[in-house]
Amino acid sequence: MSKIKCQCGHENPFGTVLCERCGRPQTEDAINSKTVDMRYEGSARRSQTYKRTIIDKIWNFFSSVKIGISIIVAVLATSAIGTIFPQKLYVPVSDAELGEYYERLYGIFGVIYYKLGFHDMYNSWWFITLIGMLGTSIIIASVDRVIPLYKSLKMQRTKRHPSFMKRQRIYGSGQVNDADDSINKAAIKLKELRYNVKIEDGAILAEKNRFSRWGPYVNHTGLIIFLSAILLRGIPGFYVDETLWIREGEMLEIPGAPGYYIENNGFTIENYSIEEDDEVFSTALERVGMIPKNYQTDVSLYKNADDALPGQTENIELVKDESIIVNHPLTFDGYSVFQMDFRLDELKSMTFQLTEKATEESLGEFTIDLINPDDKYELGNGAIVEVKEYYPDYDGIKDGEPYSKSPIPNNPAFIFKMITPEKPEGEMSFVAIRQTLETEENDYKANFLSAETRDISGLTIRKDRTLYLLLFGGIVFMIGVSQGSYWNHRRIWIQKGEENEILLASHTNKNWFALRKEIEQVREYADLPQYEDREDTESELDDEEGDFK
Amino acid sequence: MDFASLSSNLLLVSFIAYLVATLFFGGAVKGAKTEKAYQNSKWGTIGITITIIGFLTHLGYFITRWIASGHAPVSNMFEFVTAFGMMIVGAFILLFYMYRTPSLGLFALPIAVVIIGYASMFPTEITPLIPALKSYWLTVHVITVVIGEAILAISAVAGLVLLLKVTDLTKKSKQRFWLESVIFTIVLVVGFILSSSMFSIMGNEAEFTYIDKNGDPAKIEYIYPPIFGMNEYEALTPDAMTPLFEMPAIVNAKTLTTFVWSVATGIVLYLLIRLIIRRPIATLFQPFAKKANTRLMDEIGYRSVLIGFPVFTLGALVFAMIWAHEAWSRFWGWDPKEVWALITWLFYAAFLHLRLSRGWEGEKSAWLAVIGFIIIMFNLIAVNLILAGLHSYA
Ligand code: HEM
Repeated sequence: MSKIKCQCGHENPFGTVLCERCGRPQTEDAINSKTVDMRYEGSARRSQTYKRTIIDKIWNFFSSVKIGISIIVAVLATSAIGTIFPQKLYVPVSDAELGEYYERLYGIFGVIYYKLGFHDMYNSWWFITLIGMLGTSIIIASVDRVIPLYKSLKMQRTKRHPSFMKRQRIYGSGQVNDADDSINKAAIKLKELRYNVKIEDGAILAEKNRFSRWGPYVNHTGLIIFLSAILLRGIPGFYVDETLWIREGEMLEIPGAPGYYIENNGFTIENYSIEEDDEVFSTALERVGMIPKNYQTDVSLYKNADDALPGQTENIELVKDESIIVNHPLTFDGYSVFQMDFRLDELKSMTFQLTEKATEESLGEFTIDLINPDDKYELGNGAIVEVKEYYPDYDGIKDGEPYSKSPIPNNPAFIFKMITPEKPEGEMSFVAIRQTLETEENDYKANFLSAETRDISGLTIRKDRTLYLLLFGGIVFMIGVSQGSYWNHRRIWIQKGEENEILLASHTNKNWFALRKEIEQVREYADLPQYEDREDTESELDDEEGDFK
Repeated sequence: MDFASLSSNLLLVSFIAYLVATLFFGGAVKGAKTEKAYQNSKWGTIGITITIIGFLTHLGYFITRWIASGHAPVSNMFEFVTAFGMMIVGAFILLFYMYRTPSLGLFALPIAVVIIGYASMFPTEITPLIPALKSYWLTVHVITVVIGEAILAISAVAGLVLLLKVTDLTKKSKQRFWLESVIFTIVLVVGFILSSSMFSIMGNEAEFTYIDKNGDPAKIEYIYPPIFGMNEYEALTPDAMTPLFEMPAIVNAKTLTTFVWSVATGIVLYLLIRLIIRRPIATLFQPFAKKANTRLMDEIGYRSVLIGFPVFTLGALVFAMIWAHEAWSRFWGWDPKEVWALITWLFYAAFLHLRLSRGWEGEKSAWLAVIGFIIIMFNLIAVNLILAGLHSYA
């Protein structure tokens, strides 16, 4: 495409609205308008210039801020819908029962919600597509603008053509007593106000905080870094997320962290108490009742020797003893282990006594470890109890057989064979909690004596190599957004016209009142002509009364 | 006097100071002919002085309560909302010194007063921290969020002033309707405060047992006369009013009862005022907005979004993620409170883009600011009460 040559001699890229150097309007529209759109300095943007091929069309689609805003609003709306009912993640039932769960609690709305997939909104393909479009849009829109903006800000000349000045939102002209003196004084005052002042040919360009113009592009870069970090989690090794239920006294291999073992030395739960804790809490404790104070798992961390085979535990070494508390994870080698959950009082072992029914005489006691029960227990004097069957989580009879719904000892039941000197061929008995069944009347029975319990800690193992990248993205975003929000790019042009005429124009990318405060100071000091802010019609009154602040 | 009671007294002092300061700002606006004249009025100077005194005592409340409880007082609804009220005043002071406009104070302070009143309806006693909240990130995260939200709230105040000024209230219009609706909503909050204080003074608490949505038995206490009963409720308090309706387990009938009573009180209050003045209530406030400069209010609204947005991002997203990672092992969990923080953030991002590239200024931008405030309040109030999540305080 051909270049556009301005009257000042500068060659502008095709599509330019305002000459990069002197600011003369280049298009019919710009020439005929009263004020010009200064947003991207009237520079040539690809999206405004090329509109023919498919690539142009895609580019133009994503570079439109209107589309960008629509995508933002779409993400916003879908996110909101996802909070109407609890997400799948927070629902305490298995996947198969989900539909039924939503129907039971929320009726017809629950059914619709579930059927449309809103119960897993944030993992749905359309939500992920939206996020992808958001990212694309941010990248394209930024690239479309930042390069031409950079070029034209770099190219700008101190002295602008009057036709440029006249089209600024803030503009004024008029005769002063001594134009040269005014220009000199203005330069002094502007420097005092920390403007970067350039003088050329009797014209001033005072500029301040140009870097704030890059704010949006920096913050968008931060967002893109953040979004890419999230993509990275899909790559194996970047991200580990496992849960581990570990009983008191147990030592287990840490899932997701090969070679590491963890031993649970004890779980503690503590509540606040009116007697022991600070008395300012007593009113609250009386009203609410129990308030938890601490959840804690004391653990030992072990590491396998480097040359050990997986699963081999002979040569493990203690790394450290630590207490995992909520908000204080155990950390090692990039991993963190969190206190997430607990189950209190799981049955650990049960103790029975073998007695003769008629005499109630004991033949001895035996204790069954409910995780690893022995096959038989010898009680001495020829009395033996054999464990024929073990149902850790007995849940009634199914197809004529007792049935265990899980391997967790929530409701243990046994089939014992009781061998005694009197009954050497043995008697069979089915024993569950508060229940004993016999096929025929036995002479002996196994009496439940006592049980021991222990707590289980629910731990989460997490390794996230993307964390620092996420944080970096966040920091870049914060820098960019502060840059663009707390500083404004302000420019003031002052130049001599005919004789003692002075032209004054000014532009800021935001906060015009704050800019006007500064111009006012310069105007008073340097005897500059009155100006107007073409968008503000109300302050006239005030200005006439004198010091506008 | 111990720190706990000193703290509540200081809060009371600041509450009164804000009321008094409002009157002075009213005087400043009333006595002036133009924006310029009222900027330097005596009344305005006294008004801002009293506001600052109120803010300092409010800060005193915050610090003494911190000392008394041993943790930053931002751990339950009362504390959080009170801090929000305080920061709104702080944000107003900041913007007052940037733009010196009493109209802003005239509207910001009453809103802060209503918010503090609202906060006081929640249990005010000092509660110990549950394990999940025991982290200095609680302090850092919540305080930053509160500051950010308060600055953003100022943009809604400026928006409201702008809308009151430019809307023709003598003629029926969409804008008049919506403006009146905003005022109506504020009256509803006042209705909640009135009815809640009235019933707690009368002291007819009623206790019930009920079956919750997981099928477990639970207990609950009503302060309001129970209109709606919980799922399979049974009264524990003799001669308490019998609920008129029983609700299914997913509905919190107590919240619903409170809601219905507050709305009813608010409607009665609204109708009463309408009956007396015989025109939209917005007209009562309009004269106070008339002197403001539209462009200036527009800029204050925009400026406060610009100042508040980065602070809000830092608190509600960055710090929140860091803490969530430490407390719950994941930096983001799509918990309703988190999602609504994200929605708030996206909303203000849309606001900034609309303004910058589509030229949404003046009335459009003012409405967006008001909607933003509604979203913030929704997250503060409704998400806690209705969409329960990990964050549900109190
Ligand atoms: C959640 C996502 C986004 C956030 C948080 C965000 C944030 C911002 C912020 C804070 C600004 C500066 C506004 C100001 O200074 O007033 C900005 C400007 C901008 N944003 Fe975004 N943005 C997001 C997405 C997008 C998208 C999807 C687009 C695509 C069209 C986009 C395009 C732009 C453009 C073109 C500017 C203006 C730059 C200028 O005129 O100098 N942004 N953005």
